[in-house]
Amino acid sequence: MSFLGFVEGPLFTVAAVVFVLGVIWKLAGILFLGIRPDYATPRGSALGGAVITNIRHLFPRRIFLANGGLFHFLTGYAFHIGLFILLIFALPHMTFLKDRIFGFGWPALPRWAFIVMAELALGGLLLLWIRRLSDPVQRLVSEPADHISTGLTLLVMLTGCFALQISHDVLRAIHMLLADLWLIYFPFGRLMHSFTFLFSRGMTGAAYGRRGVAP
Amino acid sequence: MNTTADNAATPPAGDAETAIALFLEKTGARAAAYLDACIRCGACANACHYYQASGDPRHAPVNKFRMLEKAYRRHKDPWAWLKRLSGFAPADPDIGDMQEWQELVYDTCSMCGRCTLACPMGIDIAQLVAITRAGLTAAGLAPEPIRSMAAAARDVGSPLGIDAAQLRDILNELSEKHGVPIPLDKEKADVLLIDSSLDYKVFQPTLVAMAKILDALGIDWTFSSKGYEASNLGLFTGQEDVAKAMVERIVTAAEDVGASLVLAPECGHGYASIRWEAANILGRELPFEVLHISEYLARLHREGRFGLRPLDHPITYHDPCKLGRRGGVIEEPRDILRDLAPDYREMEPSGVENWCCGGGGGVLLLESAAKTRLEAFRIKMDQVERTGAEGVVMACAFCHHTFDNGAEHFNWDRKVEDLVQLVAEHMILPGNGAATGHPAGH
Repeated sequence: MSFLGFVEGPLFTVAAVVFVLGVIWKLAGILFLGIRPDYATPRGSALGGAVITNIRHLFPRRIFLANGGLFHFLTGYAFHIGLFILLIFALPHMTFLKDRIFGFGWPALPRWAFIVMAELALGGLLLLWIRRLSDPVQRLVSEPADHISTGLTLLVMLTGCFALQISHDVLRAIHMLLADLWLIYFPFGRLMHSFTFLFSRGMTGAAYGRRGVAP
Repeated sequence: MNTTADNAATPPAGDAETAIALFLEKTGARAAAYLDACIRCGACANACHYYQASGDPRHAPVNKFRMLEKAYRRHKDPWAWLKRLSGFAPADPDIGDMQEWQELVYDTCSMCGRCTLACPMGIDIAQLVAITRAGLTAAGLAPEPIRSMAAAARDVGSPLGIDAAQLRDILNELSEKHGVPIPLDKEKADVLLIDSSLDYKVFQPTLVAMAKILDALGIDWTFSSKGYEASNLGLFTGQEDVAKAMVERIVTAAEDVGASLVLAPECGHGYASIRWEAANILGRELPFEVLHISEYLARLHREGRFGLRPLDHPITYHDPCKLGRRGGVIEEPRDILRDLAPDYREMEPSGVENWCCGGGGGVLLLESAAKTRLEAFRIKMDQVERTGAEGVVMACAFCHHTFDNGAEHFNWDRKVEDLVQLVAEHMILPGNGAATGHPAGH
């Protein structure tokens, strides 16, 4: 078996299993810690609060746009939107997902759109990382886990761009290897925020929704 | 009283292990979700008045729960076993870490919850700080005088040491001096009024104003010597025995008197304690309604039970954090003030986004916190001044005390006013003139 065959075959299968089971283990483990019942007479709806807070925190409040808030919002959105569009609509990804998982395909990005999205994602993540390294608060509180998540994601995206010319097997294999490592690392580090943010916002929203306020 | 003094003199037994055990005991799914969702973006720093005042990165809210997170990652994270096995688990926080964090969670956090608004993940950082405080208290690191005041509240009934006999004396004296009935220990009453020690001792005009309003409106109400203290320092220190003792007394008093309503005074955390925490501390629903005095007055005003003579100067309203952002009482005080003041002005920002005064969470009590707290108070002064209002009104004795303290320090010229007193001064009963005369203390 070629190295490319290995990273796209058995290793990918292992990575996908670790990813899925790891995420389930982590989320179930958190929920298993238990949520205390709230006996206070509610003034509002917990469910409504959870939904509203989840939506409201998609965007920063106007009062927090200064002092780097707008920068964080724009770079964060550039990175996440770029990443997710590439993940789903980049032609090689769509083809891979069609062949290996879903069995059906969907319209893929034209090359120019791929490049725009890649620039958004890479630029956004790089700027976020620069801010992490330069902002005094972020520098103080950042830990190896933050840099590993950022660095690994950046490498996956960077090699993905190099591998765009998919006939270059070595580049494609390196990208796939890093993607496998990314999937394996995912449940153990900060990347889990992709799922836990729903819990976090939802639990705050539910608690304060009962009090009739949406923080 | 000796018991209290003894308790206060001796720090609670405890060490780092006790603190960690408490961290873990109190870290449920909600706290775990918060700790796992944080991406260390630092957006919360933008919202924190102490960080804005000091510029010290250590004061950023995200930094304040890092010690709790260490304990979580090592012991309670769903991957804790793997992290310990592989050697990637962080070391347990030691007593040195805890001493360092005492300043961060006690002196520079009022648990106002403003950081939650800025957090993209919606993390309730104040909740994590509350857990950290509880652990530090168990380790003997709750600062004085909060520790001794909490002990006094638990043992005597009030953080300022007001026992039932002193309460009777205070209320009798105020009743005689101001010519208003202040019922204590009526056998049955519809409404049980509770108040904070600050009002019993410092802001007595507020207490008298409440009595005058309730009397004028013909409300069947009483104080009870079984449960009269609204404040609950157990919520500041995370001491469950203190928190439980305080709410249990009030609930017992309300049940004994058959009250259908417990009326919380102008005390933000006192309101939160009986309105939102008591049922959960006791593990059962409460058999009575709980309203903040501003909610109750807004309701009676809406029902046409009283009118208001217009105020002659422009005012603005300061939202106490525990009442507004964390308690949901935002519109009710405004309903009254907009009717009272022809020239009512909003601060920018206000309501759920309002800046904290900096004194809540017990911060005002700490001499060690004064420098940063007063710097943070500049934000509040600036907010008020930008409205051009002559007076700033509030519905929380702790905020009022913080404002008075800041105003004195900065020689500030704005009037610090009290919602209940303004209502008492300007109240008009239907078909009648002014209802309550001039309130006490003016």
